[in-house]
Amino acid sequence: MAAVLTPIEPKPFSFTGPVMAAVGGFMGLLVGIANGSGFLGLIIGAALLAGLAYVFTQVWKQEKPARWLMIAGFALVGFVVGGVSAAIIGGLFGWFSGWFTFWIGEGRYRAKLVPYLTPGQVLWHYTFRVICGAIFLFLITPIIVVMPLSFNAQDFFTFTPEMVRLDPAGYSLKHYRDFLTNSEWTGAVWNSVKIAPVATLISVSLGTLAAIGLSQSHVPFKRTIMAVMISPMIVPLIISATGMYFFYSSIGIQGTYWGIVLAHAVLGIPFVIITVTATLVSFDRSLTRAAANMGADPVTTFFRVQMPLILPGVISGGLFAFITSFDEVVVVIFLGSAELQTLPWQMFTGLREQISPTILAAATILVTISIALLATVEMLRRRSERMRGMSPT
Amino acid sequence: MSDTKATGPQTTDAPTPDDGPHSAASLRGTDETDARGGLVTADGKSLKSSLNRALRMQKMRALMLIAPLLVFVLVTFIAPIASMLFRSVENEIVANTLPLTTERLQDWDGTTGDIPDEGVFQGLFFDLFLAAEAKEHTKLGTRLNYEQTGVSSLFRQSGRRLDDMGEVYQDPLEDLDEAWEEGATWYELMSGTGAKDTALVANQRQRYNLLTSSSDSGDIGFAPSSAISEMLPLTARAYTAFATFTVYADEDVVAEEDPWEAVYAALALDLMTPGTAEKVAAYSGPRADLLQAAAGLDFPPADFTAGFADIDEDWAAHETWQTIQTYSPKYTNGYFLNSVDLKKTADGFEARPENERIYITLFQRTMFMSMVITCSCILLAYPVAWILANLPARTANLLMILVLLPFWTSLLVRTSAWKVMLQQQGVINDVLVWLGLVADDARLVMINNQLGTIIAMTHILLPFMILPMYSVMQTINPSYLRAAKSLGATNWTAFWRVYFPQSVPGIGAGSILVFILSIGYYITPEIVGGTKGVFISNRIAYHISSSLNWGLAAALGTILFAVVLILYWAYDKIVGIDNVKLG
Repeated sequence: MAAVLTPIEPKPFSFTGPVMAAVGGFMGLLVGIANGSGFLGLIIGAALLAGLAYVFTQVWKQEKPARWLMIAGFALVGFVVGGVSAAIIGGLFGWFSGWFTFWIGEGRYRAKLVPYLTPGQVLWHYTFRVICGAIFLFLITPIIVVMPLSFNAQDFFTFTPEMVRLDPAGYSLKHYRDFLTNSEWTGAVWNSVKIAPVATLISVSLGTLAAIGLSQSHVPFKRTIMAVMISPMIVPLIISATGMYFFYSSIGIQGTYWGIVLAHAVLGIPFVIITVTATLVSFDRSLTRAAANMGADPVTTFFRVQMPLILPGVISGGLFAFITSFDEVVVVIFLGSAELQTLPWQMFTGLREQISPTILAAATILVTISIALLATVEMLRRRSERMRGMSPT
Repeated sequence: MSDTKATGPQTTDAPTPDDGPHSAASLRGTDETDARGGLVTADGKSLKSSLNRALRMQKMRALMLIAPLLVFVLVTFIAPIASMLFRSVENEIVANTLPLTTERLQDWDGTTGDIPDEGVFQGLFFDLFLAAEAKEHTKLGTRLNYEQTGVSSLFRQSGRRLDDMGEVYQDPLEDLDEAWEEGATWYELMSGTGAKDTALVANQRQRYNLLTSSSDSGDIGFAPSSAISEMLPLTARAYTAFATFTVYADEDVVAEEDPWEAVYAALALDLMTPGTAEKVAAYSGPRADLLQAAAGLDFPPADFTAGFADIDEDWAAHETWQTIQTYSPKYTNGYFLNSVDLKKTADGFEARPENERIYITLFQRTMFMSMVITCSCILLAYPVAWILANLPARTANLLMILVLLPFWTSLLVRTSAWKVMLQQQGVINDVLVWLGLVADDARLVMINNQLGTIIAMTHILLPFMILPMYSVMQTINPSYLRAAKSLGATNWTAFWRVYFPQSVPGIGAGSILVFILSIGYYITPEIVGGTKGVFISNRIAYHISSSLNWGLAAALGTILFAVVLILYWAYDKIVGIDNVKLG
């Protein structure tokens, strides 16, 4: 939408100066409060950035060296004040203010906007982006924070002073060692690995068949059937777990491997149904008729024609089912037994009793796995769209 | 996206038989018609019936494909839910453990303030004796303790001292003749001669099975003679109960075991019944002499009322009996009344005392917090969905990863991350202290309260709000907004009057989804919620695993389930479940 290019022109210092002073003031305020005097920081910051902006936009208009200079300068100040980590923060400060000075000073901020916007609208446009950025930060920060903490050399759930100073002594792999050698954790991982694939296999095979059935025209009670099959995803897990606990005890599979597998399989089914049905919506039914016309029996048609085309949907449904089982804890707590502790269960008990940051090592490994899964699903989605002749979005 | 139609779904899925084109061609070629003028196919059947048959075949095929999964879901998921619903009203334990007592209590008028008559106490003695032998009386005690505190210990104590009550009658008999001590004597006497009372055996077997939730059905090697069972009904019943238990639970031979004290007591009661003495005198079966001698004995008067009151004065309390009577039916609404802070009484229900009311508060809190979570999700998701839908595809896809990564990350990872972030020694507090915004000794309390639950759950459920909003906003044409502005609308008017109404379906879909998911959440509130930030689910889990009050857990679950079902129905009506999209 922002295809219109607005010609840009340098802004007068009467605009750049106050803006940069405001930014500098804000940054200076933060640093100032941390070091004792907020007011002094505010004054120094405002004066510093406004002055630099004046020099770089009005006097010495060399953008590249000026920006490098600012990075180096702020990093040096940071290093003097607080060592390596403060130097990095200072460098980032410098990079940002250097970029911002020229972005404002040269009027580049209007380049990608339509020319008729009022200053207020421009301001709102960027404020809105900052708000969105903050929300994205909210989404991603907790996951990012876990990772460095898992390398903590202490048994704390928080950053130690050594870690903040980037001192190598503050970091260690001991929680990973614990995770990989402690029999409680390895046993839990092993149980999860034993349960999830079998549950996935059941949900994928039954789910795919049913999705193919559901996608045919003229299925009686289609809505009701669909509602029943999606319900495991909607019904709160605590209710499913309670019901399963009562019912599975009465038929004697509570606390057994197969009890958990069956429960996880049924919890994964809605995901398979949803993804496969979505793929089947755009499946060209005349292909199966063409195959039949050429003498293929229904089984051959299914495996040679239909299956390759809906495979991406099936696989991503399977991944959803897998992650559901791999991540599930409520049902396992209710249906499991001491020998059937899975990884999430182990993490849950660990979190309740707060034993050790080994949980964070486990969490980091799980995040890595989910990044891999996410990449796979995304790749499959694109492939599926390509195969159907749609341009990937 | 818009080119889907060109290559995409084949919309002409009319029920064409496999040989459709062929028969249609032959139809056209020969222009055949049947006698009534309807079209016919090449094989002479009318086109209508052929098409119907093909349609039927197609339906069958589709159902065949669906059937395995449907059966699977019904067995592994719907049946458990049904069993939970059933358990929320089921209350067979009282009638199964105390069959005679509950039967006799039916005639008792609990409103007068009197305790029940001697017959009820006699029934209680025999019921409790078997239950205590089978160690089932404590379960009943636990069950009734949910309704009236103290009943649990009452039952446990009584179970231990029942023997003493029976020995009062055992001693005179054994003093009279040592033969009464022999199991064989009893066996011979009770077996008698002539016709057997097999109905009584079946009856006691059923009683035993109901009591112990077992399903034994083998022959116990004993049946009282009809004559004995008619002459000494209580004894026959007690001895058969003893025989059943001996065979099924102890796996012993009836004739070799000495009977319980309860059997002696039953015999004494029978012999004291007016008219029995004459029948005994006329009896001539095996061991009739022993029986006739016993009939002449002077037993202490039967006073089980005093006996039980002696064990524990609670047995003489009106309240205890009222509780037993109130909960004697096989099905009860008591659990449901409990789960809305009411108390079941003999005549309807009453409100619980102020300090025992927790569930209404908990339901309200669950609803309120789910609503807060839903609202904060809307507030946070709307800008994000908007920007994702309006940025160029490449950038939007990159940013989408930031939404999908939390979505794909394990729930426990995210919950533990929030625990790390929100604790008093956690990351957020550390940063605030470092920045000097918060004093070190005045760190913010953000965990183990409602705030912690709301923050963590908003983060966890946010992707479920962003994704439906995004898919709706993608379909909104941006030129509407520009048109509105070119017609003179201000930014706000253009957004509020043109864009927002079109995005409402996305908000609706996301809100219902997030609300449904949040009212049933268990893990996150359990870890970051402390005591003030927990939901009704946590209470359900507590009753399942700690207090073992399964009926109440089931009733609470049923109420929650009903709420979810209504929302699910609304979701289906508004959004359509087949429109749920993932990723």
